[in-house]
Amino acid sequence: MNEDWVLYEVFIRSRSGLEHKHVGSLHAADARMAIEHARDAYTRRQEGVSIWVVPSSAIVASDPGEAEALFEPARDKVYRHPTFYAIPDEVKNI
Amino acid sequence: MSTAAEAGSAEVSRAERIEYLLRLADTSLVAGQRLGELLGHGPTLEEDLALGNISLDLIGQARLLLALAGRIEDKGRDEDALAFRRDAPQFRNMSLAEQPNEDFAATIVRQCLLDAWQLETYESLTGSREEALADIAHKAVKECRYHWRFSAGWLVRLGDGTEESHARVSAALGALWRFTDELLTPDALDAHMAVCGIGPAPGLIRERWDARVSAVLAEAKLQKPPHQHYPWHGKRGVHSEHLGHLLTEMQFLPRTYPGVTW
Repeated sequence: MNEDWVLYEVFIRSRSGLEHKHVGSLHAADARMAIEHARDAYTRRQEGVSIWVVPSSAIVASDPGEAEALFEPARDKVYRHPTFYAIPDEVKNI
Repeated sequence: MSTAAEAGSAEVSRAERIEYLLRLADTSLVAGQRLGELLGHGPTLEEDLALGNISLDLIGQARLLLALAGRIEDKGRDEDALAFRRDAPQFRNMSLAEQPNEDFAATIVRQCLLDAWQLETYESLTGSREEALADIAHKAVKECRYHWRFSAGWLVRLGDGTEESHARVSAALGALWRFTDELLTPDALDAHMAVCGIGPAPGLIRERWDARVSAVLAEAKLQKPPHQHYPWHGKRGVHSEHLGHLLTEMQFLPRTYPGVTW
């Protein structure tokens, strides 16, 4: 791999109305090429209707060392889950 | 020419329809095979996938067009028979399509010049009086728009890139430019197809191709080579030495094991 090429994260929207989901990453020389590579690598079997690419360097990630502080407090708060409500059949994609 | 023949000039024979379809089909097939040679040899994994996808688009176009030619011919030849059991002189592809890959710059220049031609040609053929051809063109034109986006993007990147990439792409442009005359100069069959409402109006493709290619050459900081008359005509079955080698490889399996499947 050419060292000049930048790593991009790829997000694909599979259908209109759904959110973009992270599907993987790839290398490209610029944003246009990243879209083309994403199209060829991730949508060749009709997986998507929209593509986002983001330079991996632009992503700010949480620190694994802070996982306890960030995520453990949610563990004993089951009442935050929406499982106490009946969801109407007409509502999809929740 | 007699009056009767003139009155019938808008009539088109079965042989002419087949001949015209073979020009389109074989150009896609041969270009697809050329790109297929690069599978596993692309400069990066991502480019390997991209070139492979384009190759498959082109072979898919060839398949539809050859199947249509076989149906019109009505002698029991399907797309496989036409692809694998004809020899080089029976192929009607544009000579540009059979030119070898040489280096990545040569591949990109060949695809760029060809993609622009296919894009404008299929765009125009969506209005063809040959309805099955118009249907194929509707599908192909979408693929060709992407092919052009890909190859034109690379042409600009290489032309306006490093000293070496500029030198390589300039050399490839100089070597391949002479094959473009064949794409753009209608011969008697092209002219007849236009009169019959099957093919594009004479001169239309040259005008649009020229505008498209000139713009991208300027963006790529590449000099447009002078016009050159090209003495051979792949579309009439007169090919460079390269086609025979390409067909030997492409046709080896079905010719050695007739009827083989997997």
